Amino acid sequence: MKFLCVECDQQMAFGERQLPGDGTLAATFKCPQCGRVVAMLTNPMETQLVSSLGVEIGGRTVPAEPFEMVRSNIVTGGPAWSNDAQERLSRVPSFVRGMVKKIYADYAKERGIMEITPAIMDTARAELGLEGM
Amino acid sequence: MRTYHQLTDPDRSGLADQIGAQRQRVAERLAGVRRIVAVMSGKGGVGKSYVTANVARALARARTPVGVLDADLNGPTIPRLLGVSRSAQQPAIGLDGVKCISMGQFLDEGAPLAFKGPEAESFVWRGAMEAAALREFLGDVEWGKLDLLLLDLPPGMQRYIELCDILGNPPAVLTVTIPTPESRDAVRRAMRAAVERGSELLGIVENMVGQEFNGTAADDLSKEFDTPVLARIPWHPTPDSWSALGSRL
Repeated sequence: MKFLCVECDQQMAFGERQLPGDGTLAATFKCPQCGRVVAMLTNPMETQLVSSLGVEIGGRTVPAEPFEMVRSNIVTGGPAWSNDAQERLSRVPSFVRGMVKKIYADYAKERGIMEITPAIMDTARAELGLEGM
Repeated sequence: MRTYHQLTDPDRSGLADQIGAQRQRVAERLAGVRRIVAVMSGKGGVGKSYVTANVARALARARTPVGVLDADLNGPTIPRLLGVSRSAQQPAIGLDGVKCISMGQFLDEGAPLAFKGPEAESFVWRGAMEAAALREFLGDVEWGKLDLLLLDLPPGMQRYIELCDILGNPPAVLTVTIPTPESRDAVRRAMRAAVERGSELLGIVENMVGQEFNGTAADDLSKEFDTPVLARIPWHPTPDSWSALGSRL
């Protein structure tokens, strides 16, 4: 991918890269002649595609670590579910159970909770407004 | 307005160079591997992993340095078949001394392969992530000197095509089928794709021979593709079954 300043007919030079943390990417490019700066903004899906290539926009400053992509992109771990919590989850209708489980798991993960119990489910339900789940 | 190839200023990101470095990394890691063989089939459930693991063990018992790369990222079974625990970068050492790497060594017990990333339209990037994982399996494992590296492929052709792209050269292919017309037809497509890509067909292994399965799939494919039937593996194979196959690779 390259950027051309049409007015100056000059190839723009890479400036900086930002990863705001929401899955998006911003990269700036500057025209060496007129100084105009443009930013390329990618959505999470586009950013993921670049990530899957194992390349760095702006260039690599250090060599890739072994299994860098696998280690940083595979979902592992996640909170454990107590027996009581599992039993309660099993009473959720099957067609929404996966979604409900993910909501509780995300809630726990964001708060560093290692085990989901009925009490945690009650707290999450109250905080997230999930009455009936 | 000038077009992409008319812009020739240096690209600071060096994306092409980064991709080139990845290929170089794969080549350097595999420099000590005398031969790479992809064990494949167009059909699932025919015993590719079973054949891979057992022929690798037979070769290892015969003091042939052998490794197994489990390229079935979504259904890795090689760690269980070779009795290895989870660790990576250095290949795990499995039964009979077979070196092994598998996605099963990275995943939690029983967990499916899932990538972090935007969930909407994930089909767009998931295949690219799997190809990247395969590239790291090839480029980041210290295999050392190997006489043979067996690549256990999942059903279908996708992983084989990715493999050809990453390696730069199509690997030799060992095809596994069972003696049914359904398997023969699915495997035929895979073999045809392998021939079109330029892979050397080493031969056919007919697995699960006897009992309910009494077709002629292996013979039909052998005649059609002019490649030998290397082994017919019965339902209850002995170590000799695998040694005989290993000696023909």
